[in-house]
Amino acid sequence: MSWVPSTPAERDAMLAAIGVGSIDELFESIPADLRLKSWDVPEGRSEMSVRSLMAAIANRNSIGRVCFLGGGYYDHFIPAAVDALTSRSEFYTAYTPYQPECAQGTLQSIYEYQSAICRLTEMEFANASLYDGGTAVFEATTMAVRVTKRTRVVCHPSLNPTHRILLDTHARNLELDIVEGADPTDAACVIVQNPSFLGTVNDFTALAEKCHAAGALLVVSFYPLSLGLLKTPGEMGADIAVAEGQSLGIPLGFGGPYLGVMATRKEFVRKMPGRIAAQTEDHDGRRGFVLTLQAREQHIRREKAMSNICSNEALCALRALIYMSLLGKQGLRDAAVQCHSKAEYLKSKLTFAKILNDGPTFNEFAVRLRKPANEVVSRMLDKGFLAGLPLSSVGAGEANDLLIAVTEKRTREEIDEFVRALESASCS
Amino acid sequence: MQLIYEKSREGCRAITFDALDVPEAPLPAGLLRAEAARLPELGEIEVVRHFTNLSRRNFGVDSHFYPLGSCTMKYNPKMAEAVAAEPGLARLHPHLSSSPAYWPACQGALQLVYETERLLAEIGGMKQVSIQPIAGAHGELAGTLLIAAYHRAKGRHRDTILIPDSAHGTNPASAAIAGFKVVQIPSAPDGTLDVGAFKAALNDSVAAIMLTCPNTHGLFEPGIREIAAAAHEHDTLLYYDGANLNAIIGQCRPGDLGFDVMHFNLHKTFATPHGMGGPGCGPVGVGPRLEPFLPGPRVVKDGDAYSLVTPEQSIGKMSCFFGNFMIAVRAYAYIRHLGDKGLKEVAQYAVLNANYIHARLKDAYTPAFGLRFMHECVFTAAPQAKKGVKALDIAKALLDRGYHAPTIYFPLTVKESIMIEPTETESKQTLDDFCDAMLEIAALADRNDNDLAHAPFTMPVGRLDEVKAARELNCAC
Repeated sequence: MSWVPSTPAERDAMLAAIGVGSIDELFESIPADLRLKSWDVPEGRSEMSVRSLMAAIANRNSIGRVCFLGGGYYDHFIPAAVDALTSRSEFYTAYTPYQPECAQGTLQSIYEYQSAICRLTEMEFANASLYDGGTAVFEATTMAVRVTKRTRVVCHPSLNPTHRILLDTHARNLELDIVEGADPTDAACVIVQNPSFLGTVNDFTALAEKCHAAGALLVVSFYPLSLGLLKTPGEMGADIAVAEGQSLGIPLGFGGPYLGVMATRKEFVRKMPGRIAAQTEDHDGRRGFVLTLQAREQHIRREKAMSNICSNEALCALRALIYMSLLGKQGLRDAAVQCHSKAEYLKSKLTFAKILNDGPTFNEFAVRLRKPANEVVSRMLDKGFLAGLPLSSVGAGEANDLLIAVTEKRTREEIDEFVRALESASCS
Repeated sequence: MQLIYEKSREGCRAITFDALDVPEAPLPAGLLRAEAARLPELGEIEVVRHFTNLSRRNFGVDSHFYPLGSCTMKYNPKMAEAVAAEPGLARLHPHLSSSPAYWPACQGALQLVYETERLLAEIGGMKQVSIQPIAGAHGELAGTLLIAAYHRAKGRHRDTILIPDSAHGTNPASAAIAGFKVVQIPSAPDGTLDVGAFKAALNDSVAAIMLTCPNTHGLFEPGIREIAAAAHEHDTLLYYDGANLNAIIGQCRPGDLGFDVMHFNLHKTFATPHGMGGPGCGPVGVGPRLEPFLPGPRVVKDGDAYSLVTPEQSIGKMSCFFGNFMIAVRAYAYIRHLGDKGLKEVAQYAVLNANYIHARLKDAYTPAFGLRFMHECVFTAAPQAKKGVKALDIAKALLDRGYHAPTIYFPLTVKESIMIEPTETESKQTLDDFCDAMLEIAALADRNDNDLAHAPFTMPVGRLDEVKAARELNCAC
């Protein structure tokens, strides 16, 4: 069981060229008593055996359920061409484009991705990607602290509560004053999310103006697919826009890999973390692309870098670019209209539950059921549905509160069946 | 090649949806964007052709030998990609882990988290592992946050982390985000850590030392036992940067060497694809001292049932769920395929191959150090540079000969550095062909060949103007 292609004869020829008698001699710099004596690692298995083992483990998960579960991660349709193109090994077996001449495919795709994000958000600059939506909120926070030289960070109630926990964990020793609310006084930034974690759609234009008057930045965490319809971070006057990019053609995959999206205004680009590709030309005037402003990054600036990020999520960014290219200008709007309209249809049928949102919603909303949500989703699992996220499990609501999401994949028939099942699971 | 936006034609469509089967619902006009996003408008074949042709402007491991030092560009098994395509994994919603009501629906996934963490702990000689960190640098941040939590729980203020001058840039960058001051420890002339300087820098304000072992000079730290003993005398913790784990996997374990905390780079040692820069996966491993502080929740096993608990003293969450789970799944399949014997062969052949390259090149290029290299060998092109041929020129000349260039100008401690890491998955024939190309270039450099300064000649573009790129900052269209 090995991917080592050398034959014993080749091994011996190499040892002879090196001038040692055995491979073990090459490890003599490791003190003998520190060498591995034993470990509890099982014997290897053939590819065939590993494949069936993995299939058996995968079958212990339930995936046949009709999905109304969201909470920041959505069961959107992914066109086959996204998988086919990102499966090209020239993309997925390449690394960071340190040698631009043999990585123009990577670099041009990053440039095109950055352009797509700028067009989607109506911001001026985007980076090549961050880890995911949650860590992007943390990166936006430290960026705002660098820009404003202030340490007060205001988290708006609309923010995903798990992203807030991530922020607290990552910023634990940075001596920031992280508070809840919407008051930008003396703040580095106010961080909002649109739609809110509970699904409510807002216009934060007035808050952006208040932030700017107070010398604070507005950070908007957005839901990429919703921008097929909704007012953009750029239109609202956001200074930094971040997102979980999963909705752009990335499979749910039990939490990752996903895509951290970040965009900003021109005046702040030198404070932005992460790789950035730029257009330039070669000595013959041919257009080409390179990584730029690298003096912001850890491999040059070390402890004074804008971030410690090195590996990013480039392949997921490529997925997002291909997804946006396939859906195109009209397709992204159509997908958003479908999500919103189907969610509204479901909402109109839920006469037996109280809607908790205090304004319009996009494709997700919170309801209060007559029974504990955990109990209801358990029953719904048996009926073939992932009914939604019990809000108490993420500290965002009471025991009977459920967050329900609808995507373009749900049919009217599935929604009607869901309504009947939910009524019987939560009312009887 | 044209940009995809330059190919766009108004009104053209690729993917469309079924007609809406419910009434179209309005949203208040004030909440809507004024104009649709200017995304490309193309037919599917045009999109497919665009990205297929873009891919052909790349070198990848599947198409080219990629001896990029410190990056471990080994073969990415197709098997792992097939495993990751299992619908029972790829389509699984992450919030199934959020509520106990859903745990019965994700037992297989929780089992994989549990078993991957157990296997990695065994490989690293650690007590526990968390796969939450999303990349190597994120694992470093998790590790340094754990170190801070440990000292805080002991009620003492430790504000310094020691880091060798040969370390990856992520080490000091991560330590700074975790709130530490960084003090750099010099390398000795032989390329190993200056143990005297390290001991002189040790005091009760030092929270930890971060080491890569073998270090980025490709050398195993001979003083590791002395370093660990001296550190532990001050209750200073040892952090192991797993970037070079490929050199020692199955030969020795960081935990047995005295390390208290480490990260793994699954995209290096465990062969998951580098994906043009990511996604990676950077699990953090800890010994008993740091175990109580691990990020939560943790998967626990009771009989055949898996559930989640969060340690009371947990630092919190490094990622929303289980990090880059689907990357960890690939690594798990890799470990199960290779098993005990196969994993030991990884380091054996990685070190053999690097030493073979060293043996073939050492007369034409100057090795940066005289000690035995492990999984990568570092040369200095300083003699060539004196004749006008820099490490950069050698790198570009390799592209013309069908090889990805080694890492150049890193580590920062070596002038005109050329760092070659072949990995275990390359054949002797490939190594020989590469060495022949290196020797040919050395001979050209010896003759002051002017052409080298203008290479590459066979790529889609020649050397690009980086000053123009930074000045104009055309980063989107």
